[in-house]
Amino acid sequence: MSDNATPDAATAPAPLSDERFLQELRQQMHRFASLQLNDPQSAEDAVQEALVGALRNLRTFDGRSALKTWVFAILKNKIADQLRQRKRFVDADQLLNADREGHDHDELFDRHGHWLKEERPAHWEDPESAIHEKHFWRVFESCLDYLPARQAQLFMMREFIELESHEICAAAEISVSNLNVTLHRARLRLRECLENNWFQREE
Amino acid sequence: MKNCREITRLLSESQERELSLKERTSLKLHLAICSGCRNFSKQMGSLRSITRAYTRGAPERTGDNNKSGK
Repeated sequence: MSDNATPDAATAPAPLSDERFLQELRQQMHRFASLQLNDPQSAEDAVQEALVGALRNLRTFDGRSALKTWVFAILKNKIADQLRQRKRFVDADQLLNADREGHDHDELFDRHGHWLKEERPAHWEDPESAIHEKHFWRVFESCLDYLPARQAQLFMMREFIELESHEICAAAEISVSNLNVTLHRARLRLRECLENNWFQREE
Repeated sequence: MKNCREITRLLSESQERELSLKERTSLKLHLAICSGCRNFSKQMGSLRSITRAYTRGAPERTGDNNKSGK
């Protein structure tokens, strides 16, 4: 009878020994952390700590997505810790953002819920080629920065980390309908920003 | 009949889950008459592929080779 929690070959977390997967994961984590912390050094620290934490507490993962979810849960806590330490700045920030968030829909739709004329989405010319333009990515990042903190966080969990709804709800402790509302707002905001600053520049 | 706000909400949700037959029907009806929501619908797809390209390093690749002016 052994109470040693030694992982045997069959249950060892294979994804952690996959060099390429790790590399990609690290990149995604870094983007995620930098966008939320606005500071490359703190982001790197958070990523390091999260990875070390993951390696130290090796356990059985049911495939890559479980590992990803778990590592990002750790990273999210590290980011939260860092944000708490500079609470004063964040508070000021979030006040501004919360204000913006409150006005979201009023600016886009009339009281019957139809597009205001000037807010109606336009046709995007050749969105596929934008990704080859360096300047486009600067616009994209500015637009992400412009999102209220909560919207950006959940949007990135969904679209950067590619977590499923139920995983995000568990990690962020919110309901599905809360998540849906927030993602809806984030997408409305983001597409508007991209349209105004890239796809309709020549107006 | 759903309004544009509700339709864009459905279109956003369709990025997370499969819509029901009823939802898909009301989408179709609305999109047939609303160009703003039609554009929004296409842009949800574009937004996803743009974001995927971003996380897979597309911005770095634009910096590598200096092909200005095509």
